[in-house]
Amino acid sequence: MKPQIFALVPLLLFIGLVALVAVPLLRGTDPAKPESPMIGRAAPAAALPPALAGVQGFAPAEISGKPAVINFFASWCVPCQAEQPFLARMAREYGIAIYGVNYKDKPAALAPWLQKHGNPFTAIGADADGRAAIDWGVYGVPETFVIDSAGIIRLRHVGPVTAAEYEKIFAPLLAEMKK
Amino acid sequence: MKLNSLLCALAFAFFLPAAAMAVQPDEILPDPALEMRARAISQQLRCLVCQGEDIDESAAGLARDLRLLVRERLVKGDSDAQVIEFVRGRYGDYVLMKPPLAPRTWLLWLTPAAVLLAGFAVVLRMMRPRRKSGAGGAA
Repeated sequence: MKPQIFALVPLLLFIGLVALVAVPLLRGTDPAKPESPMIGRAAPAAALPPALAGVQGFAPAEISGKPAVINFFASWCVPCQAEQPFLARMAREYGIAIYGVNYKDKPAALAPWLQKHGNPFTAIGADADGRAAIDWGVYGVPETFVIDSAGIIRLRHVGPVTAAEYEKIFAPLLAEMKK
Repeated sequence: MKLNSLLCALAFAFFLPAAAMAVQPDEILPDPALEMRARAISQQLRCLVCQGEDIDESAAGLARDLRLLVRERLVKGDSDAQVIEFVRGRYGDYVLMKPPLAPRTWLLWLTPAAVLLAGFAVVLRMMRPRRKSGAGGAA
């Protein structure tokens, strides 16, 4: 009797291994996009100077009291270009204040880029040396954060925001925060 | 003289590849002791853009920024642990090349030992009957 039970051990181990791999795979969690430890913490307070003449800089202290979206972007970043129309829609149709952090960019490149792809931002701070990005735990553009009215980071999204992702991830959170 | 320059060229040929690293000359700290600490810390931090490389060997822009940050904090008087904690606080455990031992990484750290023990158990089980039959054959 005993050897027969032992014969099942490799099969059980294999099933366990498959489950271990299948669960995160089916759930859609990507180990290469780790959860940010910044979630649940206060957003970094450092104010950033305006990225362009005639634009407001990004001062986190001044936006408290209302949920806000913070988008790290650059004119040299192609996925940023792709999400720009949707960000404009978020600002226009959903009335969300979007603050831009312009990552390692030049005003001479940013101005024509905004003209071409639209400017959904309430304010745009310049992060010329990438230090603000490190402070926020950003590792590439675009990354988008949602902070609540108390200035606590509630969501970090890596990559361009699409309409589908907005409905799935952003909309429920923003609705919950409005209550 | 000729031999000298030949040796020199050979030395370059052999050692230059090893010297071709990501750390740029302008990043290196004037204090060699601090620089050594910075290199050691950098080797423990993952470059999140390239993911398989540590920031000491990565040529990515973010890796360079983090190398500069590590050095800046060391100059300001941070301990090695404080510097690593600063980066980890922003990027999470994933930024550490060596995952910490915690309940959710027990499986990762303990599996090799468990497999080794299981292997021993199997070997012991296989050896036992053979020894018996061997003894029987001699009798």
